[in-house]
Amino acid sequence: MATTKRTVDVSLSTTGLDAQGRPQRVPLVVDESGSPVALEAPPSIEPDLEGEHMLINIGPQHPATHGVLRLVLELDGETVVRCIPHIGYLHCGFEKIGEYRQYNQIIPWTDREDYLNSPGNNVAFALGAERLFGLEITERCKVLRVMACEMSRIISHLVWLGTTSIDIGAFTPFLWAFQQREVIYEMLESWVGARLTTSLTRVGGMAADIPDDFIPKLTAFVSNFPKVLGEIDRIITKNGIWVGRTVGLGVMSPEEATNYGLSGPMLRASGVAYDVRKDFPYLDYETYDFDVPVGVNGDVYDRFLVRMEEMRQSVRILDQAIKRLPDGPVNVVDHRVILPPKSKATSDMESMIHHFKQVMEGPRPPIGEAYVAVESPKGEKGYYMVSDGSSKPVRWRIRPPSFVNLSAIARMVEGHLLSDVIAINASIDIVMGEIDR
Amino acid sequence: MSKGFTPVIAGSALGNSVAAPVSPKNIPNRGGEMNPSVDALRRQFSNAVRRADVVWGETTVIVDGARVHDIIEWLHDDVSERYDYLSDVTAVEFRDLEQPIEVVWHLRSLPFRRFLRVKVLLEKGAPMDVPSVWDIYKGADWLERECYDMFGITFAGHPDLRRLLMWEQYKEGYPLRKDFPLRGRFSRSEQLRQALAANPEARYSKEELSIADAFEDLPEDMRRRLGTGERTGE
Repeated sequence: MATTKRTVDVSLSTTGLDAQGRPQRVPLVVDESGSPVALEAPPSIEPDLEGEHMLINIGPQHPATHGVLRLVLELDGETVVRCIPHIGYLHCGFEKIGEYRQYNQIIPWTDREDYLNSPGNNVAFALGAERLFGLEITERCKVLRVMACEMSRIISHLVWLGTTSIDIGAFTPFLWAFQQREVIYEMLESWVGARLTTSLTRVGGMAADIPDDFIPKLTAFVSNFPKVLGEIDRIITKNGIWVGRTVGLGVMSPEEATNYGLSGPMLRASGVAYDVRKDFPYLDYETYDFDVPVGVNGDVYDRFLVRMEEMRQSVRILDQAIKRLPDGPVNVVDHRVILPPKSKATSDMESMIHHFKQVMEGPRPPIGEAYVAVESPKGEKGYYMVSDGSSKPVRWRIRPPSFVNLSAIARMVEGHLLSDVIAINASIDIVMGEIDR
Repeated sequence: MSKGFTPVIAGSALGNSVAAPVSPKNIPNRGGEMNPSVDALRRQFSNAVRRADVVWGETTVIVDGARVHDIIEWLHDDVSERYDYLSDVTAVEFRDLEQPIEVVWHLRSLPFRRFLRVKVLLEKGAPMDVPSVWDIYKGADWLERECYDMFGITFAGHPDLRRLLMWEQYKEGYPLRKDFPLRGRFSRSEQLRQALAANPEARYSKEELSIADAFEDLPEDMRRRLGTGERTGE
């Protein structure tokens, strides 16, 4: 088993941890002087079964697999020898359906794909479609989209934090994380009327401008949230059980992580400083001041640390976005893609034609193709769209980050215990809606 | 940070003289700056590079199907290219059924911050067969399996090319092909009949059951049914 030597300063006053931060085995039997007595393992009741491998099936309906993932494990005792993952239980053919929809009609599908990050997906899809149309969006729209991306990064990481802490045995962070997530969902509801399936963007702009009370709410969130994050940090980062159940698990070296195509916190926890926002920026991310946290050991604990720090950096970005939000129009003034005002459609011939063409035929991009990647909470999310000049894409390909991250699970769980499989699987932050599409 | 740890930093090969990247603006539809790797590829594999375009600021290079493995391996290994990250493997079929199917690799060079799209054209009627890049990038495993599952393109050299999103006994063909109807090939009643007739025992493959040495112990008829995935003889 790959173990990592490291010392985590644990603040609990238990004696249950050794210098590596792993739970210590407490001797069950001691002699008179107090030193442990080694006991021989009792003879096996069924000697025929010794050394025989066992087949264990986890999922697809298992709460700890975070959706409909199925893992078939070959166990030697409690150690995983081989892992065969099965996916596809949630396959709905999003990419096929996209070929029969106009560009704006695809946006609701992007909500349902990585459903913990809907605003981020909407933004990613709109950016891809705008590349294909050759549109330049307005400054206000850019800042609003940055806000949407960072808010959705926070809610996605909060769900990850809550569910992972439940998997590992801590219930309180789950409740605190979901309370904060609720605050953002209420803001999204006041913005576009939906909580989970936001459909926030349109090609060339946004579905709606923010309501009047949005910025005060966001400002309050930006000032409150770091306190809650600090509380969560205090109860789990140096918690003996948390450390014991996460350190040294699922280690990926930097070279391996790159070769497996991991992205996002999974890749950065392994020590690879690659963030799409910094290296292939979009939405003027290069003008925001934020850091990209990078881990050292590439284990489950480092992935947790990276995600915690990413939430703090998202708060920093949100703070800057609030300060710089300019006035002005949200949508581009290009009536090939954005409808003219309704009042004009009944009085102005040209506006009426635009309305008719857009609603009946849909906007048509020129022939071409574009691969636009954004940094989603799970990693590099890419939309590859190919246009043949008609109003529907020839191909709409989703590059799902958690799909590629999950493909490395067989490598990561090798040699670990069965209970560690749950922790490693949780650390990938999978969303089956995105993996199966 | 522990001693002796050197993080792998994207853009590290560029040196300090190169400015930090910025968000692209006003990208032309055709033309623009071409990825310098294309010139290097032309020097190295002169007759295998068929065409190179810049579309919306992204460089696409169309290469010979037979040489694509060598080309990607060279891009991965060469010290002046270092395409160490495979973003995506996918395929495109056009509505014009005469047009060849394109197999697309999206490669990134993290140290040089470059992005390159490599394409192979598969003429209609010709065998849908391209070399696998699994031995270069381990991340290609599921991406190639998905591409096989959805388009029926076989990746020669892939160690375990099975269906991924659809189940192994799926008989309707390859869903993302343009001749595949949106609602599927079979009628709703036939799809329902198959779903109800599916054998839960067949959820394990023979290989998986052999882990537990259970396959050999199964009755003969159950072993036969596991092979087909359907309830028979009832």
